Amino acid sequence: MKEPKDMREILEILENDATVTADEIAKMLNMTPKAVKSAIKKYEKDGVILKYKTVINKELLHTEDGAEGVRALIEVKVAPERNVGFEHVAERLYHFPEVKSCYLMSGTYDILVIVEGKSLRNVAGFVSEKLSTVDHIRGTATHFILKKYKEDGDILRQPERSKRPAITL
Amino acid sequence: MQGVMKISKIVENMPPSGIRVFFDLVVGMKDVISLGVGEPDFVTPWHVRESAIYAIEKGYTSYTSNKGLPEFRQAISKYLKHKHGLDYDPEEEILITVGVSEGYDLALRALLNRGDEVLVPEPQYVAYGPIVELVGGKAVYIKTELSEGFKITPREIEKNCGKRTRGLVLNYPNNPTGKSYTRKELLEIARVARKHDLVIISDEIYCDLTYDFEHTSFPSLPGMRERTIYLNGFSKSFAMTGWRVGYACGPKEIIAAMNKVHQYTMLCASIISQMAAMEALKNGEQPVNEMKREYKRRREFVIARLNEIGLACHKPEGAFYAFPSIKSTGLSSMEFAQKLLKEEKVAVVPGTAFGKTCEDHVRMCYASSFENLREAMKRIERFLKRRKQKND
Repeated sequence: MKEPKDMREILEILENDATVTADEIAKMLNMTPKAVKSAIKKYEKDGVILKYKTVINKELLHTEDGAEGVRALIEVKVAPERNVGFEHVAERLYHFPEVKSCYLMSGTYDILVIVEGKSLRNVAGFVSEKLSTVDHIRGTATHFILKKYKEDGDILRQPERSKRPAITL
Repeated sequence: MQGVMKISKIVENMPPSGIRVFFDLVVGMKDVISLGVGEPDFVTPWHVRESAIYAIEKGYTSYTSNKGLPEFRQAISKYLKHKHGLDYDPEEEILITVGVSEGYDLALRALLNRGDEVLVPEPQYVAYGPIVELVGGKAVYIKTELSEGFKITPREIEKNCGKRTRGLVLNYPNNPTGKSYTRKELLEIARVARKHDLVIISDEIYCDLTYDFEHTSFPSLPGMRERTIYLNGFSKSFAMTGWRVGYACGPKEIIAAMNKVHQYTMLCASIISQMAAMEALKNGEQPVNEMKREYKRRREFVIARLNEIGLACHKPEGAFYAFPSIKSTGLSSMEFAQKLLKEEKVAVVPGTAFGKTCEDHVRMCYASSFENLREAMKRIERFLKRRKQKND
């Protein structure tokens, strides 16, 4: 086996582009395809690699019925429970499929959830009926996202054409 | 067609760029994957661009001193000390230039008398020979061999040294071969330089892109500082080609002479570019390292693929070019480039752009996205297979 650093590099490459094949990674890192494949298998087995997804720029999908959906950040204040702290409440929240992300936060509130719904009303309904009725939740503040500029390091606009001339010496 | 204006004999006799035709062909074509560029595909890191915007907002729009902003020269002096162990006085031994191109031009103008000779290893970056001729000198080309990893050997240098030989142009890591030199190899060149009293014009613009060993700066070698004109800049390491900012370092007499020409021809480098480059020096190390890592991976990928598909290619030690041999195809480098462009829409640079002796090679720049490189290699593979079938 090669240095663990190279193994990390496998993850770095895949995190940026999951379509790169094991063969190609092997070439890039000067390893055998077999070693790369087995490293990836192990990462998958251990759950380090959770899954492979595609980054879709929904800002470019303009459908009339608003099928691209709306997203809201919801600040949740929680009265922590003895022994388990925030874990119970967090678990109650993150199992909802509407909840896309869920974080424990420092600061003036405790849990941040990112919720996606078909419409404004849809999200509002989820907050009032489901989220705020969970035990130990003391209050919520909902912020709807109006426009996304950048997400997880990707700028959400059409890729720009390269401005460099095709041949320079 | 004879116009009213007669062109100077020197310019008329300068070797015309034989590959102009090819360039024009590429420009007129759509959806080309270009491996023909000589610059990073990254845009300048945002913190650098942002500092230029700030400089403009704050009204930094004037000339600077001829030599460049004093604090910028100080920053370069510190950087060179820290990074390469070089000791240059920011007041008298550093000159900010409009890219290494200007620094190189100034160096030769300050150095040469009519008829003086300069040794230029081939393959060469396109400007080296012509500028020597432009200032009235004579370029003596020395072919470097693939079998030697395109290394310029002391033997070859000595063989070409004559009474009028003033200097040797070194460029490492090299454009287009990617050859770089270890300290040991450089010490051998230094020995010959001393013996034949040569001035070394050392263009180290790709120094940060050395992948397999530490870069050794030529003037850092014992006794070489006094006979080296050190040229460097921001274009390659910091992805700042369009900013046109570089620097020349050397003993104060030569820098003063170069500055004399510089103040008449260029006055100074753009203040905005100088401000931006200062920011690059201050906070640019991380982006540079990230780009380097990325280039290294691309290098490994491209070289492995080229050899796999049947274009023999040595592993370049630095820069971001592959310089494979196309001898097996039986095509001239121009034919290869033209056919590849026409049939598969991949642009590469014919070897002859880098000297008459480079007919067996083409230059492919791997400073391009992985997707581009992957697709380009696929197309080149298809191109080669088709040719092989035709020939069989």
